[in-house]
Amino acid sequence: MSHSPQTGGIVAARLDSAELAAHFDDLYPAFDDHEARVAADRCYFCHDAPCVTACPTAIDIPLFIRQIQAGLPEAAARTILAQNILGGMCARVCPTETLCEGACVREVAEGAPVEIGRLQRHATDGLLLANEHPFERAPATGKRIAVVGAGPAGLACAHRLAMLGHTVVLHDARPKAGGLNEYGIAAYKAANGIAQAEVDWLLRIGGITVQTGSALGGAITLDALKADHDAVFLGIGLAGVNALRIPGEDLPGVRDAVDFIAELRQTADLSTLPIGRHVVVIGGGMTAVDAAVQSRLLGAERVSLVYRRDRGAMAASDYEISHAATEGVTVLTNAMPVAITGTGTVEAVEFAYTREGATGLERTGETFILPADQVFKAIGQTLAGAPEGLTIDGGKIAVDAAGRTSLAGVWAGGDCATGGEDLTVTAVAQGRDAAEDIHAHLTGAAG
Amino acid sequence: MANLTSTFVGIKSPNPFWLASAPPTDKEINVRRAFQAGWGGVVWKTLGEAGPPVVNVNGPRYGAIWGADRRLLGLNNIELITDRPLEVNLREMKVVKRDYPDRALIASLMVPCVEEAWKAILPLVEETGADGIELNCGCPHGMSERGMGAAVGQNPDLIERITRWCKQTTRMPVIVKLTPNITDVRLPALAAKRGGADAVSLINTINSITSVDLDDFAPEPTIDGKGTHGGYCGPAVKPIALNMVAEIARNPETADLPISGIGGVTTWRDAAEFLTLGAGNVQVCTAAMTYGFGIIKELTAGLSLWMDRKGLTSVEQVTGRAVPNVTDWQYLNLNYVTKARIDPDACIGCGRCFAACEDTSHQAIWQKPDRVFEVNDAECVACNLCVNVCPVEGCITMERLAPGTQDARTGKTVEAAPADWTTHPNNPMARAAE
Repeated sequence: MSHSPQTGGIVAARLDSAELAAHFDDLYPAFDDHEARVAADRCYFCHDAPCVTACPTAIDIPLFIRQIQAGLPEAAARTILAQNILGGMCARVCPTETLCEGACVREVAEGAPVEIGRLQRHATDGLLLANEHPFERAPATGKRIAVVGAGPAGLACAHRLAMLGHTVVLHDARPKAGGLNEYGIAAYKAANGIAQAEVDWLLRIGGITVQTGSALGGAITLDALKADHDAVFLGIGLAGVNALRIPGEDLPGVRDAVDFIAELRQTADLSTLPIGRHVVVIGGGMTAVDAAVQSRLLGAERVSLVYRRDRGAMAASDYEISHAATEGVTVLTNAMPVAITGTGTVEAVEFAYTREGATGLERTGETFILPADQVFKAIGQTLAGAPEGLTIDGGKIAVDAAGRTSLAGVWAGGDCATGGEDLTVTAVAQGRDAAEDIHAHLTGAAG
Repeated sequence: MANLTSTFVGIKSPNPFWLASAPPTDKEINVRRAFQAGWGGVVWKTLGEAGPPVVNVNGPRYGAIWGADRRLLGLNNIELITDRPLEVNLREMKVVKRDYPDRALIASLMVPCVEEAWKAILPLVEETGADGIELNCGCPHGMSERGMGAAVGQNPDLIERITRWCKQTTRMPVIVKLTPNITDVRLPALAAKRGGADAVSLINTINSITSVDLDDFAPEPTIDGKGTHGGYCGPAVKPIALNMVAEIARNPETADLPISGIGGVTTWRDAAEFLTLGAGNVQVCTAAMTYGFGIIKELTAGLSLWMDRKGLTSVEQVTGRAVPNVTDWQYLNLNYVTKARIDPDACIGCGRCFAACEDTSHQAIWQKPDRVFEVNDAECVACNLCVNVCPVEGCITMERLAPGTQDARTGKTVEAAPADWTTHPNNPMARAAE
């Protein structure tokens, strides 16, 4: 080992390869068959189950758990995937504690919900690893649809359209399909290449042509897509990042957290990935948590996650924040950055304490300084590169309940569109539902 | 502290827990371990007549069903009587009894249904110092096809005859072990009594196939692609056994016949239940085979503690205590009117009561906004299904309507005086109320 957590600056190989491999393995190991049946047996098969209501994709959770309990996880997988074609990744990245598991009656009763996420993974992994695709395409309709963005919304939309018999061209600006599942999720939530495996498995439906390196405003334009296709779905995500707008933001060592997470996910040998000794992450959402935790896992000696409001206002769930704390991240709240300082490179960040005042957030007048070799900015992403002519509402492409934009023939879903939380599972639901609406529209069944 | 000492048909044991005739009592080494652990007695695994012993299959002998987390609920076996030479068993019985004179040692016997066979084996058993014999009239497989075991137990005349032969030949108390694979258990019990039996023990195992291998299309346990019915036992059979014990205990013709209760006794509570329904002691097998002999400490400590709480000082005071409350349906009080009550504070909102009532019963539970479940008294027939499917113990209870109040379902005023089917106007056989 050439470096240690105490080595100054931004360096690679603070930990040896074995430690890194252990740190970035599955956060939760998969259930074996017996564990799954024991966990499944805890489900009460509730009537009108609250977990289903809490699931943005409305998976029939009691049914799939009963199928596991009855010894047929592959049947459970079909139940899940019929509603949510990215059920494998959602099982890993969904904030289940605020969705299905948060609504579980056993959470209410005992503080120990049925482990729905892990059970879902048990079911879906079986089909994924066997590369068994249980869905078939309807007879070809002759309709062609362009889907822009191969993230969860675009993938779900493309799969459903293909299943309904349409031909789909799926564009993505990045070199790989998968969107945030491939580039934006902590590595330990998507270990062993599961995101790409899921994409490959999903594409086995057929009828979907993937064109990577193909971005709106670059190789393609909305007008051209509309001209060449019967419909267009936009699932372009939030490609822009907010700036801190404080002195020193441009110093070397200051970086967008999303870029760090994406680079980490694409790095085969994590012992080559440099990380600071003292890392400061600014923000309070999932991206901030993923950047902070992974900094620690790479061997950063001290990682501080600093958020300007109180803990209750953080977008990251209590569960995620607790996980960060367990991994050794120091969570500081009610502190806003006022300056990043350093000579030639970042050396420290100065923060001002804040409180909720009569007119909103205000400074208390007290400040403190955190030493920092590396700073990650994670204060939110914004819509970028949306085509002209679309109605934008609150920084997102305005859509109705069926995913229709203000332009005829153009649908949108996922993080770039209005409606729902910015979650993988919400994006899947929106992509799926837009596909159904496109299908109804193209086959004359639309209302 | 309650005295657990047991005297059953004159046989003394330090507690009322005997190990039933089965693999746990097949050899000296097992029985010594059982006595060291604290078991009150053993019924030695069934002895056959002298000569070449029986042979067992060399494939699986047991099949099972499981509950959550592989908790064993029911076990079935296709094992036969002891497959060791008679003289070996007799020799071992003698030394064990010599070393444990305070424990009960009973010999289970099964020989062909001819008088000479029984008269030949009884002196050999007496010579061991055994405290009594148990006639195996219940083994449902292997031996029954040879005219023994359940083949005898299903024929009251044979039970009576064999029992009489034994009583005429030996000074030892004779316990007749009954098979449940019959229509009315009272008849073989009565036959045993007519033959002079000192007691009956029941139940033996129930004919069963535990499962089917859906790849090989063969019943479990499967021996080279084939299977046969085996004897079912364990927690799953307890309700059947309790009823059969009670049937004999409350039959005036056999009410005075001592009963050794067998069938799924797993905890002290099961044992207490058998005792209250008329058993003088209990025999245990599957629980020991599942968990080992160490469970005896829970059984004795639990029974003792419960008896203390109830102010009961001897096993005899427990025996039969619930028998007067076992009756026929026609004598149940039709003026006892109850309604389900759901405790909203205990309710976790699973809705199982609603699904059960709405789909399969009387549409007597409302689902109100925010997953609040309430009973509609106008439809509730007090069936108790909601109580049984509710995952929260004590959340749903059955509350009796006080006399004088109106039953919203029938519109009738609840009467204080009991009334049953025997006097009900809809009963064509009703007697006039006096």
